[in-house]
Amino acid sequence: MVVAVGARRDRQAFAALFAHFAPRIKAYLMRSGCEATAAEEVAQEAMVTLWRRAETYDPRQASASTWVFTIARNKRIDMVRRERRPEFDPADPALVPEPDAPADRVAEAAQEATIVRAALDRLPAEQQEMLRLAYFEDMPHSAIAEACDLPLGTVKSRIRLALARLRKTVKEE
Amino acid sequence: MSVRTDRAGSRPAHHLTDELLVDYAAGALGEAESLVIATHLALCPACRTAVAALEDVGGALLEGLAPAELATGSLDTVLARIGGEAPATPRVERKPPSGDRILVPEPLRGYLQASLEELPWKGLLPGLGMFEIATAGKTRKTRLLRVKAGTPMPEHTHRGSELTLVLAGGYSDERGHFVRGDIDITDDSVRHQPVADSDGDCFCLTTTEAPLKLTGRIGRLLNPFVRF
Ligand SMILES: [Zn+2]
Repeated sequence: MVVAVGARRDRQAFAALFAHFAPRIKAYLMRSGCEATAAEEVAQEAMVTLWRRAETYDPRQASASTWVFTIARNKRIDMVRRERRPEFDPADPALVPEPDAPADRVAEAAQEATIVRAALDRLPAEQQEMLRLAYFEDMPHSAIAEACDLPLGTVKSRIRLALARLRKTVKEE
Repeated sequence: MSVRTDRAGSRPAHHLTDELLVDYAAGALGEAESLVIATHLALCPACRTAVAALEDVGGALLEGLAPAELATGSLDTVLARIGGEAPATPRVERKPPSGDRILVPEPLRGYLQASLEELPWKGLLPGLGMFEIATAGKTRKTRLLRVKAGTPMPEHTHRGSELTLVLAGGYSDERGHFVRGDIDITDDSVRHQPVADSDGDCFCLTTTEAPLKLTGRIGRLLNPFVRF
């Protein structure tokens, strides 16, 4: 659907994407401490960016939800924290390329997203919550440790454990 | 002055930790650390793959969120905004200035107005130059360091964490050998005296937690060390 928006400027496809993603982006912003009005504004901005960048979306690189997540994350940094988000440029001639040409991942990226999602649902509740803290609270590990009154080492190992378990489940699929 | 130009395709041996990869993928780090990490990513396919997988986790977590209720007319507002908009213009490919002996990848290149060798370096100690990079946040400092070939650094410990990326040349200490693309993560438990490789100047990008503001006579005396 993102591809349809990119290639044909398809407004119906955009409306469907909006219905699915805008409420989740807003929830993501509210989870990281935004008021409803500010969260709404960032969600709308993110959807405008989605429309503008749809042409650059490459389904071989990432699933739609992964791509939308990165847009929402960057909008949060830009609009809420008012900072730059330095990122590498995939078209940079100075970039060191993959050892082998990347395999065709079109089907794979979408499939993988479904698998990661299912694996996430099967994690124990407290590990899911640990990942949500790491991804949604706009806090690095050290700040999470402070907020939860846990030693930094404990936070690190819990998050690492959750990810290891997730990877294992994804591999077994 | 000598510069060692490393093989363009060589891949780093010292990588980011899981913790930093997660914090970067989640968008939880400030500009300074993100700059060092993203520049490492440009030089490191392995860590790029790791970040992509962690962004998949972010995508899955986003999917799993209970949708929030949107404001009335939210879609119409956005449709009105994109109404007359022409399709996005394709991005222009940026070429690094030709003739630079050291290729500086993005995003770092965008922060510099000159090639590494032509920057207005500030002499800190004999054999050690520094160039400060402005990044957001009061708690960290970001700098480029240039260490003359074969020069040992003064032995030092760290206040808080320090993140270093080698851009050219290399250095060694008891923990190993660090060359272009390598990430070096140190904290206050590390006390070390790195020595720059003898076959070329070493250029590094580094970010440290800003030193406490020390005042008074002792503070001023300490400062040249603390600052480093
Ligand atoms: Zn790496």
